[in-house]
Amino acid sequence: MDNNTVLVTENIKSYYVLDVGGSKKVVKAVDDVNLTIRKNEIYGIAGESGCGKTTLMKTLYALMNPPLRFMGGKVIYYRDDQEIDILSLSKEERRKLRWEYIAYIPQGAMSIFNPVIKLKETYRDFLDSHLSGKTRDEIFEIAREHIKELGLPIKVLEAYPHQLSGGMRQRVAIALAGLLKPAVIFADEPTTALDVVVQRGVVQLLKDIQESLKNTIILVTHDMGIHANISDRMAIMYAGKIIEEAETKEIFYNPLHPYTRFLINSLPKFGDKGVRASAPGNPPSLANLPTGCPFHPRCPEKTDICTREVPELVQTGEEHKTACWLVSKGDE
Amino acid sequence: MKPLIEIENLRKEFFLGSILSRDKIVAVDNISFKINPAEIFTLAGESGCGKTTVARMILGFEEPTAGRIIYSKESSDNKEPVWFTQGIQAIFQNPFETFNPLRKVEHYLFETVYNYKLAESQEKAREIINSKLESVGLSYEEVAGKYPSEFSGGQLQRISIARALLTDPGLLIADEPVSMVDASIRMSIVNLFKKLKEELQMSILYITHDLATAYYMSGQIAIMFRGHIMEMGPVEKVLMEPAHPYTKLLRESIPEADPAKKWTDRISISDLESDEYLRKGCKFAGRCPEAQDKCKEHTPEAAYIDDVFVKCHLYSG
Repeated sequence: MDNNTVLVTENIKSYYVLDVGGSKKVVKAVDDVNLTIRKNEIYGIAGESGCGKTTLMKTLYALMNPPLRFMGGKVIYYRDDQEIDILSLSKEERRKLRWEYIAYIPQGAMSIFNPVIKLKETYRDFLDSHLSGKTRDEIFEIAREHIKELGLPIKVLEAYPHQLSGGMRQRVAIALAGLLKPAVIFADEPTTALDVVVQRGVVQLLKDIQESLKNTIILVTHDMGIHANISDRMAIMYAGKIIEEAETKEIFYNPLHPYTRFLINSLPKFGDKGVRASAPGNPPSLANLPTGCPFHPRCPEKTDICTREVPELVQTGEEHKTACWLVSKGDE
Repeated sequence: MKPLIEIENLRKEFFLGSILSRDKIVAVDNISFKINPAEIFTLAGESGCGKTTVARMILGFEEPTAGRIIYSKESSDNKEPVWFTQGIQAIFQNPFETFNPLRKVEHYLFETVYNYKLAESQEKAREIINSKLESVGLSYEEVAGKYPSEFSGGQLQRISIARALLTDPGLLIADEPVSMVDASIRMSIVNLFKKLKEELQMSILYITHDLATAYYMSGQIAIMFRGHIMEMGPVEKVLMEPAHPYTKLLRESIPEADPAKKWTDRISISDLESDEYLRKGCKFAGRCPEAQDKCKEHTPEAAYIDDVFVKCHLYSG
């Protein structure tokens, strides 16, 4: 592995195994995903609700609780010269990696704060458990410096969570995730449920953190406009699988998978009132997937093979991978 | 053309805090607008701008502090609530919360038919329901006997539109109808609104923070901020050549789905919306790049640039 790589996954599978009235129901939320993520990049993952993108992120962060089960594969981090197979580590070893090496901003992070203490106390709790031997004043000083560097108002430290707007709380949550300078930050839908102007502030902050730490941010959002703005490379997920991966520009200007094309062409654009069509039908249930390519029931270009066999994610250009029979058939 | 609905100097005040120290918040501050027949009118703005309060007053859920709502000659002064006249129906943001998970969705459809006495027999009711479901791309067979959990968000939103259509309303109020719906089916709902407008000559009050879909489907747009309409007019003008600094900021803050159009300049963000509500003068003055001294003291008068209404000191002379 070249030393530009921070994270590699090998055929990871994470399923929800549910017990419904005595019979087992298996939801294949992440199914055979292979990713190679580099140092110093913002890697975007796009997809609709229920496509498995949050489960993928939890798997990478090794945060799995029943009924979610890890069914196979490997998640390997490259820290300095060390290879870390995170899913083989003990609970205690995983805990040590968190926040200092990998940090996770869950969806709705604006509501994670303890409502009855001031934010500076949250900072203190956080730093106390990671940096030993600091006095109270030293810790508050670190917090103030950190808030100031990111251009947030100092007075937020003296505020209770409810006194701040959702957008400000979201930005404080993101700031906390970057506090210990982790090599990888996962952000799950950080802009969802925020107003456009506030969204822009969140994107600005994520960019600032990435630029100053030169680390990796893995950004999950369904909003293609946000990806266009911030992601360097990106993957499109559909029904638990990566169906296309490329540089963000390539995804937008040369999408190969019919689903990706629908996602991009259905977005309304200013200055163009022409009719925008969206993909017919509805996303499939992960508990009851169609045979063959999971997109085939909605795909206008499907052929026989699509209904029978699942297409592999194959190289379809330099830095461009696609899982679709339309583009991979040529190789046979 | 005679407007379908006229909103005249509508005002709503709320109070914050305890009995001893009460702050008055004017959630909707004397706003007026008109919607013509067969028109999609967008009321856009950020959360906490008062747009949902306007919808709630039109629907009669909230008593206005002052002002009038006139719907095809019937004024809201008339004690009979306007929404009761069948003419105005509504759909809401979260289709999963619209329906009780323990009730079959068809009950809602039959209930509406019987409440408004639209049919005498069950067969007739089913016929009406089927025709409305067909106009949203579903059929009675697909819906009959099923619970809300058996549908996707997009399908439930279509069913709630079909329910609203049962009374043949002149005006449909749609409060953030697509913000909870998946990207790949969002446009199919938006296209459905366009179709309903064209085929049924229905008007729609589209309440949203999403200016891209507003541009795509509506004719007129009003941009609200902290209780005031800041700019109002045809979408082509308001969104393509915005006059008000707030509209400009909103327009620039929409992430365009084009990697060549990334944001380059930086913005400042407000800390607290209640501070902005309580501010004297123009509510946007605290964040406005073009604010002058008078903006912080006096509320600007409305001005017109051709057919665009603007509330800003830059234009009121």
